Amino acid sequence: MTVPVEFYMVLSGLVFLIGLVGVLIRRNLIIILLSVELMLNATNINFVAFSAHFGNLAGQVFVFFALTVAAAEVAVGLAIIIALYRHHAGINVDDFRLLKW
Amino acid sequence: MTLPLADLVTMLPELIVAATACLVLALDPVTSPRRRDYLAWMSMAALAACFIVTASGMGDRVSAFGGLVVVDAFAAFWKLLLYVVTGMTILLSIGYLKEERIALAEFHGFLLLSLTGMMVMVSGADLLVIYLGIELMSIPLYVLAGFKRFEARSIESSAKYFILGAFSSGLLLYGVSLVFGAAGSTRLADIAAAVAARGLNDPMILMAMTLVIVGFGFKVAAVPFHMWTPDVYQGAPTSVTAFMASASKVASFGAWLRVMLEGFGGVTPHWTGLLLGLCLLTLLVGNLVAIVQTNVKRMLAYSGIAHAGYALIGVVVAGWAGADAGISSHGVSGMMLYLAVYALMTLGAFAVVAVLRRGGVEGEDLEDFTGLAKRHKGAAFLMLLFMVSLAGIPPTAGFIGKLYLLTGAVRAGLTWLAVVGLIFAAVSAFYYLRVVMVMYMRDPSSDPARHMRLALPPATVVVLLVAAAGVILVGVYPGPFIEFTASAVLP
Repeated sequence: MTVPVEFYMVLSGLVFLIGLVGVLIRRNLIIILLSVELMLNATNINFVAFSAHFGNLAGQVFVFFALTVAAAEVAVGLAIIIALYRHHAGINVDDFRLLKW
Repeated sequence: MTLPLADLVTMLPELIVAATACLVLALDPVTSPRRRDYLAWMSMAALAACFIVTASGMGDRVSAFGGLVVVDAFAAFWKLLLYVVTGMTILLSIGYLKEERIALAEFHGFLLLSLTGMMVMVSGADLLVIYLGIELMSIPLYVLAGFKRFEARSIESSAKYFILGAFSSGLLLYGVSLVFGAAGSTRLADIAAAVAARGLNDPMILMAMTLVIVGFGFKVAAVPFHMWTPDVYQGAPTSVTAFMASASKVASFGAWLRVMLEGFGGVTPHWTGLLLGLCLLTLLVGNLVAIVQTNVKRMLAYSGIAHAGYALIGVVVAGWAGADAGISSHGVSGMMLYLAVYALMTLGAFAVVAVLRRGGVEGEDLEDFTGLAKRHKGAAFLMLLFMVSLAGIPPTAGFIGKLYLLTGAVRAGLTWLAVVGLIFAAVSAFYYLRVVMVMYMRDPSSDPARHMRLALPPATVVVLLVAAAGVILVGVYPGPFIEFTASAVLP
């Protein structure tokens, strides 16, 4: 017995929404970054589920690309957050006051 | 699996730019500070070589890597424009980095990496390739925005750009995954086939399309996805701002149009409505909020948002129902010409801001332009020229761009949209000409602390003259440029 692809879509939709809401309401930059990662991983669930559904390996290849890009993005993002921490001694979004948000 | 040589030759410009970027990054630490300029000149040489390669191969449509990338006249047009814009940014940065005491040639390496991403984007015929291009464009830009890392403002702008950039790519990628679920492929041609097979109102396709539109909306700074733009443009080093405002917007529009026409061409009634809404909001918010800005960089950021609204008119016309092929390609070429003109004049305006110095800092406040015409006639005149062109007053390129674009809207039966465009052009004249008024009709302050000087190395002079020459040339002799864009539209 196999799990129908709709179940995976619901799961990925939920994970995506959690990430989306997290980005919008959390104030800590690290948490926001993790929420973005949740959004990207929801995408990966979709890709793998559709790949199995269609019997098409392309979806799994996409996951590798998405993972690599996400890793590169996080590397740059964490560097930026560290640089920011040196200026503000904090990484709360509400501390950013130099530029009108 | 081996890569056929022919495919690699098709991607030769991308390979040259990427290899030069890596070379610059590798050579930067072992080059003595006095010789760092050579790395910038090396980047310029690579751009010149790419320009020749792309221009000589322009015209025929070539697919490579099994249809993942396509090089046609449309892609070649954007690439040529991007080489020019990147070259001007590098020339501008040589002097600007010295003024800001940033002694790192890796700056140019990041610019070239970002350019590689943009070139991949406009050549991508597969949503995944376009996504990779967008990321390759954005990640170096996050770094560049925070390049003045000892200045809190710059880092803050970088962090904001990063968060919202990553967020928007997340939305876009989720859209791509839904497209994959609907079509079984992310190839634009396969998407078009799936759209044709599944009908106009398939919820999965529509949701995917909406997410893709939102993702690109962030990248081109269309309202309501624009909130990062003013902060990032204000905080980033000015030469980076110039690059973001021109190159990244131009490349995003190029890729966006290809996705909409070649991928979602079957559901135009749905997306033209959405984009029309975005376009009107963008024109409204961009122009109205620009009026209250007192910082010139911030004002130019809102002006960039407003101009994205104008470019969207071209996209809407290209997909408007009832428009025949001739009108649709008028919309595409109108958008292309408009963005080319916009890139030149925006780059020029930011270059003037970068040149103007008050003590050790940039003169970016409107107040710093007070009486500029009395002290520095040349700089004031160039700023006048760029402002007049941005406002769309003849005989400058901005006028021709708007005229050609709005003619397309009228031909498609969207006369009311053209009228709205004209009204907002009149609104925009208010804040552009305010800069001119401040420069020409006020006396410079006698306070020595407010004394402005110009940082004008020869390379920067070249940038300003090229931008000014382009603005005037397209303004008085537009024929060949219009023909060129018309010959490079998507089929």
